[in-house]
Amino acid sequence: MRGEFAYAMTRPERERQRFAPIDIKEETLMTSQADAGRPSRLLRNLSAKIASIPMMLTAVVIFLGGTLWTVVYSFTNSKLLPRLSYVGLDQYERLWAAPRWVVSIQNLAIYGFFTLVFSLVMGFVLAALMDQKIRFENTFRTIFLYPFALSFIVTGLVWQWILNPEFGIQSVVRSLGFTGFTFDPLYDSDIVIYGILIAGLWQGTGLVMCLLLAGLRGIDEDIWKAARVDGIPVWRTYLFIVIPMMRPVFITTLVIIASGIVRVYDLVVAQTSGGPGIASEVPAKYVYDYMFQAQNLGQGFAASTMMLVTVAIIIVPWAYLEFGGRRRG
Amino acid sequence: MADTFALKDGPALAAARKAGVEPAGRRPRRMLSGRNIMIYGTLFVAAVYYLLPLYVMIVTSIKGMPEIRLGNIFSPPMEITLEPWAKAWASACTGLNCDGLSRGFWNSVRITVPSTLISILIASINGYALANWKFKGADVFFTILIVGAFIPYQVMLYPIVIVLREMGIYGTLTGLVIVHTIFGMPILTLLFRNYFASLPSELFKAARIDGAGFWQIYFRIMLPMSLPIFVVAMILQVTGIWNDFLFGVVFTRPEYYPMTVQLNNIVNSVQGVKEYNVNMAATLLTGAVPLIVYFVSGRLFVRGIAAGAVKG
Repeated sequence: MRGEFAYAMTRPERERQRFAPIDIKEETLMTSQADAGRPSRLLRNLSAKIASIPMMLTAVVIFLGGTLWTVVYSFTNSKLLPRLSYVGLDQYERLWAAPRWVVSIQNLAIYGFFTLVFSLVMGFVLAALMDQKIRFENTFRTIFLYPFALSFIVTGLVWQWILNPEFGIQSVVRSLGFTGFTFDPLYDSDIVIYGILIAGLWQGTGLVMCLLLAGLRGIDEDIWKAARVDGIPVWRTYLFIVIPMMRPVFITTLVIIASGIVRVYDLVVAQTSGGPGIASEVPAKYVYDYMFQAQNLGQGFAASTMMLVTVAIIIVPWAYLEFGGRRRG
Repeated sequence: MADTFALKDGPALAAARKAGVEPAGRRPRRMLSGRNIMIYGTLFVAAVYYLLPLYVMIVTSIKGMPEIRLGNIFSPPMEITLEPWAKAWASACTGLNCDGLSRGFWNSVRITVPSTLISILIASINGYALANWKFKGADVFFTILIVGAFIPYQVMLYPIVIVLREMGIYGTLTGLVIVHTIFGMPILTLLFRNYFASLPSELFKAARIDGAGFWQIYFRIMLPMSLPIFVVAMILQVTGIWNDFLFGVVFTRPEYYPMTVQLNNIVNSVQGVKEYNVNMAATLLTGAVPLIVYFVSGRLFVRGIAAGAVKG
C-alpha cells in the first residue's frame, strides 16, 4: 500500500500539488495485460474515466455532434425526414424571405433590447436600494425573486389574464371612469411584443437584482468611505466608481440575460401563441413549428442554425474577454 | 455599522448640525427621513408590481364565473368557492381527455423525481472526477460541456430525437428523463466541480493515503460532506425540470405530457367557454410546486441560482 501514492510531477504547473490520481495496483495489472501503444497512460485513473463517460458522451455526441449535425443538415432540403441532399444556401434564402422569420427576428431584437435595458436598470436600482442596509431585506428579496421560480407558462398565462382587455387592467381603468382608456397589448399586433416584455420582465428582473446585489456586496466598504470623505454624492459614486468596478458582474449578468432572450419560447406560446396573426412570433417558435409541426426539417435546421449564430455573436466576444488572456479549466 | 449608515446620510447630518444638535454617542436611526421614505416607497411600489399577479391569480381562482364577468380582477371575492380548484385538478378538459391537471401533475412527478436524482448523481460524480481525479483531456470535455450550455436547445432537439428513436425510447418518460439529465449536466457539473475543488485537498490526500479509491472517497467522504450543495442542486433541478415546457412537448407523447404542457393546453384550448377561475386555479396548481420549493428553501435557492449563474 505504501507505493500507491506519488506526486503529480508530470504537471507541475498545477497550482496545488495533488497526489497523482493513480491506482498503481490497477495500473500494473492492466499494463501486464495490454501490450499495444501506451496503455499506462490510457488506463491510468481508470475509475475517473469510466465515471466521466456520461459527461464525455453528452459533450461529444449531443453538444458537439448534435450541433454539427444540425448545421450540416441545414444545407439540405430535408422535409419529413432528414436527407443528405445538399441545396447550398437555399434554406437560408427561403428563411430570410419568409415574413414570419423576419417578424420573429424583429420581435427578438425589440424584446431583447428592452429586456436588457429594463432588467439591468430595474435590477440595479432595486439592488442599490436593497444595499442601503434596509429592514425587511429578506422579505423584499423573497418578493422580487419569487416570479423567477415560476415557469414561463405560468408567467405567460397570468399576464394573459391581467392584460385581458375584457376583464383585466383595461376594463378596471375604464370602470374607474376613463372610458376611452385602451390598453390591450395582447390584441394589438403593433405592441403585442411589449405585452410579452412586461411578463418577461416580471419573471426575470428578480434574478438580475440578486446577481447585481451580490456584486454590490462585493465592493469594498472602504471605497464607499473614501468616496464619502471626498464628498462625492452617492449617485455619482454609484455611476462613476461602483458600476465601473462591477463590470465583470454586469458582463456575466448580460450574458445570462442575453442567452435567455434568444431561447424565449414558452412565454410566447402561453401568452399569445404567436398571435395576433404572426405579430408575436419568435425564432425559437419558428424552429419548433417547422421541425415538429410543418414537417419542413430543412427550414427548422436553418432557423436553429441562425439562432446558434446569434448566440455565438453574443458569447464569443464575452468568452474572449473573460478567458482570452488566461487559460482556465 | 451604525456610523457608516449615518455618514452616508449626508443631508440629514447637515440638517442636524444646523439645528444645533451635536452628535453624541450612537446616532439613532430616524425612520421617517426623506431618504427612507424614498427607499421604502420605491421598494414598496416594486413589491406591489411583483405581488399583484400572485394576488390576481389567487383572487380569480376562488371567485365564481358570474362574479368574474361582473367585477374587476383586482376586487376581493364576495363569496369564496373552491370549486374551480376541484375542477382544475380533476375534470378540466384538454381535447378529449377530461381528467384535469392531476394526470399532468403525476406525470411531472414521475419526470421530475428520477430526472433530478439521476442528473445530480451523474453530475456530482463528474464534478468530483474533474476536481480531484483530473485526467488528460478532461478539461476538453468540460469546456465543450460549458460552451454547450449556451447553445440554444433548438439546435440539438432533432439529433436527440433521432438518438432516442434509435434507442426505442422516443416519446416515453425514460427518454425525457435522459434529456433532462443531459441538459442539466453543464450547470450541475460546474456547480459540483467548483464545490469539490473548494474543499481542503488534505482531506482527499488523507483518504488516498489510507488507501481509499475513487468510489470509496466519493461515497464515504465527499457525499456526506457536501449535503448543502446537493440540496442546492436539487432545488435547481426540481424547479427547472418542473417548469420545463419545451422538452416535455417535444419528447413525450400526449399521455405523458408534464403539467406545464397540459396547463397550456387547458388554458389556451379554443373549444368551449373560457372559465377563467378554473384557468387560474390550474395555473396556481402548476406553479405551486416550485413556489413551495422556493419559499421553503429561501436562501439556498438564491445560492443555487447565484452559483449557477455567476460562475456560468
